[in-house]
Amino acid sequence: MTARARLPMDPGRVVTAWLSQHIQALLYSAGQMCRNPLGSLLTTAVIGISLALPAAFYLVLANSERVASAWGGAARVTLFLKMDVTPERAQALATSLRGHPRVLDVRVISPDEALAEFRRASGFGDAIEQLEENPLPAALLIQPDNARFGGTAMEEFLAAMRALPEADTAQFDRQWVQRLVALLNILHRAVLILAALLALAVLLIIGNTIRLSIYNRRTEIEINMLFGATGAFIQRPFLYSGILHGLVGALLAWLLVSGAVRLLQGPVAELAGLYASEFVLHGLAAENVVKLLGIGGVLGWVGSWLAVQRHLRDITPL
Amino acid sequence: MIHFTDVHMRYTSGAEALKRVNLSIDKGAMAFVTGRSGAGKSTLLRLIALIERHTRGQIIVNGQNLERVTGRRIPLYRRNIGFTFQEHRLLYDRTVFDNVALPLVVSGHRYQDIRRRVQAALDKVGLLEKQKHLPIALSGGEQQRVGIARAVVHRPAVLLADEPTGNLDPILSWDTMKLFEQFNQVGVTVVIASHDLDMIRRMRKPIITLREGRILTSAGGEGGE
Ligand SMILES: Nc1ncnc2c1ncn2[C@@H]1O[C@H](COP(=O)(O)OP(=O)(O)OP(=O)(O)O)[C@@H](O)[C@H]1O
Ligand SMILES: [Mg+2]
Repeated sequence: MTARARLPMDPGRVVTAWLSQHIQALLYSAGQMCRNPLGSLLTTAVIGISLALPAAFYLVLANSERVASAWGGAARVTLFLKMDVTPERAQALATSLRGHPRVLDVRVISPDEALAEFRRASGFGDAIEQLEENPLPAALLIQPDNARFGGTAMEEFLAAMRALPEADTAQFDRQWVQRLVALLNILHRAVLILAALLALAVLLIIGNTIRLSIYNRRTEIEINMLFGATGAFIQRPFLYSGILHGLVGALLAWLLVSGAVRLLQGPVAELAGLYASEFVLHGLAAENVVKLLGIGGVLGWVGSWLAVQRHLRDITPL
Repeated sequence: MIHFTDVHMRYTSGAEALKRVNLSIDKGAMAFVTGRSGAGKSTLLRLIALIERHTRGQIIVNGQNLERVTGRRIPLYRRNIGFTFQEHRLLYDRTVFDNVALPLVVSGHRYQDIRRRVQAALDKVGLLEKQKHLPIALSGGEQQRVGIARAVVHRPAVLLADEPTGNLDPILSWDTMKLFEQFNQVGVTVVIASHDLDMIRRMRKPIITLREGRILTSAGGEGGE
């Protein structure tokens, strides 16, 4: 009796049959979505917004990081010389550094200049008058060529400056940039947490949509099972429906983010112009769009799988 | 083909639908199950189709002990059963064609195959010209026949019919019984639950009578009591 149900088939036909069953299920799910356009639209809109939020925050962050690294590179390096370095040697060092390929300009600040600057800026003028000799060393203000720096090159340059025999110490003139970077790191983590929460929301939305459609098609599922449908056959259209919802939601998220970027690009360019900067707001790169769609599809699949495992068992006769 | 040994069936509600049922239906036979409302006719058919599980005793269908038919074996087992439901159970948002095609679709037949077989089955029940209609647009009797076409379209080895003539006028009832007889003549084992005693007596087939879940009589084939 069971022999009839398993007709002998050659491998080619098995693969074709398998493929055609999957295509059928996919088309069927797509058809179900089109037949209920309002419901599908609402679900995918919610998914789209949930995915668009973390994607947008990610973009804000990525662009801010570019700003921070651009300004970080623009920072000057202050090279403090040892106390025993003579003014002549300081001048000679400055001249030789000007020939360095990564250096745009070098200015020598003599101990006297440094003291005068300090007196003016600190307000301790009278106290400084009491000093018998100038405690400040000479310093070189180095303007590096930002275009040549990327990644850790700046740190390497700094290390090279510190290694000079005349050098006491060297430091970036960029404390606020470091603070900005620290802040961005916190925001980075916040975006990850937000993304995880919204991913959970997407799972719940898709799970609920699939749960409703399982209950709406209860009779159909029961009858299919009574006429010998396998669990896989019953589940397939729901899983595809979840994947489709997730993918369409991700597509929508992409459109939303792209629209927002387009709206912001003009004003951002204007602002950058005021700072004489070439900065342009970047949208999602192709690679990130693929990731977004992948995340949407996977969330859809997982959400529907969970719903199917949970709710089909309630219906299954036996 | 179908053997019941001391079969009990108790629903989770506590209702004892069948008690110590013993019966035997030969391969290729045609038998009727009768009895008053609530006697357990539907339950008996549902046990054979594995829509419900018996709670005690043993059921063997075509050499398979139903207790061992579990999990993935259930769908394969059901593909050899044709079932018509007392309450039709058609899908009302699908055409007649799609309803009848269902058993073939779930077992993965190819479309050309499906179309040919569905049209043959609809032709047999006289509804070929209504294949594109929705079941709502059909009379009760026509819906019942759509259910019959769906039950035979996949050429099952066993055909179980629960009150297949409940909505039909006497002439159509008789035609339907003759139709079941034709399926039986090509080798299908047919079991029909019906309380239309007059008609089933005229069919001259074995009759199993149930009363309150017990077998009352198991009369022989020649129309006798
Ligand atoms: N799903 C169910 N859950 C609980 N009890 C049930 C269920 N189905 C039937 N019963 C009980 O089992 C007994 C037999 O029911 P069954 O449906 O088999 O009777 P029947 O002979 O088919 O009656 P009818 O002629 O009215 O169709 C009845 O007492 C009924 O109350
Ligand atoms: Mg009944």
